[in-house]
Amino acid sequence: MSRQANRGTESKKMSSELFTLTYGALVTQLCKDYENDEDVNKQLDKMGYNIGVRLIEDFLARSNVGRCHDFRETADVIAKVAFKMYLGVTPSITNWSPAGDEFSLILENNPLVDFVELPDNHSSLIYSNLLCGVLRGALEMVQMAVEAKFVQDTLKGDGVTEIRMRFIRRIEDNLPAGEE
Amino acid sequence: MRTRGAGRLLGGEGRRMADAVLFEFLHTEMVAELWAQDPDPGPGGQKMSLSVLEGMGFRVGQALGERLPRETLAFREELDVLKFLCKDVWAAVFQKQMDSLRTNHQGTYVLQDHSFPLLIRMASGLQYLEEAPKFLAFTCGLLRGTLSTLGIKSLVTASVAALPACKFQVVIQRS
Repeated sequence: MSRQANRGTESKKMSSELFTLTYGALVTQLCKDYENDEDVNKQLDKMGYNIGVRLIEDFLARSNVGRCHDFRETADVIAKVAFKMYLGVTPSITNWSPAGDEFSLILENNPLVDFVELPDNHSSLIYSNLLCGVLRGALEMVQMAVEAKFVQDTLKGDGVTEIRMRFIRRIEDNLPAGEE
Repeated sequence: MRTRGAGRLLGGEGRRMADAVLFEFLHTEMVAELWAQDPDPGPGGQKMSLSVLEGMGFRVGQALGERLPRETLAFREELDVLKFLCKDVWAAVFQKQMDSLRTNHQGTYVLQDHSFPLLIRMASGLQYLEEAPKFLAFTCGLLRGTLSTLGIKSLVTASVAALPACKFQVVIQRS
């Protein structure tokens, strides 16, 4: 391979690593700032939520997907469009509940943890918890209250990474009286 | 709402754009988070948060630098390293090249970006000038970190005259 081509690939790799490296630096910093893993997890979720409520606009502008008619369509869009677009991976969708209000996203490879090993004293840390917040925040902006949580994590020795998504309720538009 | 050119592509190029957006959103949230935490909102507190952000940027810059292929590390001159920073590193991280590079040939370099992506979301002009340093600290660290991996010890500061243009000043530290 020529040196020239190497340069191009390196640039591209650097670009996609920037997010995961920055995320790693953030988690490290939060672990220093907060005394216990639970607080770090909460903080990651909160930050993810703040990102999600704005990321949804970017997503809708880029992807041209229409309104989802049910939770199954939502699951498809999340896995096949959103994850692919932002993280370059397509989780598989499995374990639907009989009522159709819960499903799992299975990631063979979690791009956030490419260079990461959890140190021994952080066994309760949910390293990628930002993702749960992002999903929750983004979906809230399209009128869906959901719960997202990690139930398996390769960082903890599980074979795959699994995010469980649960539909709670539809959010009605609640405009205060007198406002447009 | 600001849109990036080619933002509608979903192919390889679109993926890179989307990565950049993810980083931008994360960066904005980090700035908000680290600021909010600070118990001392006075000038002393401000310095502490800036140095935390700078430190994080430094570690990321080092890590990015470590991932460069061996041959890029064989620079003949300091100026070549700075040019590499302005072209290759800036393009990889911010999808554009630095707009200008000036030096006094005595170890001080001024890198100018007329439209720095992390400042673009803020209104242009003078309105949010006071907020700008928070949005530059991480990147200063990133530059310092990458330079460090390339064998150069430096001090990097940034200044903004009017958003979204900014200048990064790199002063080489000779031991």
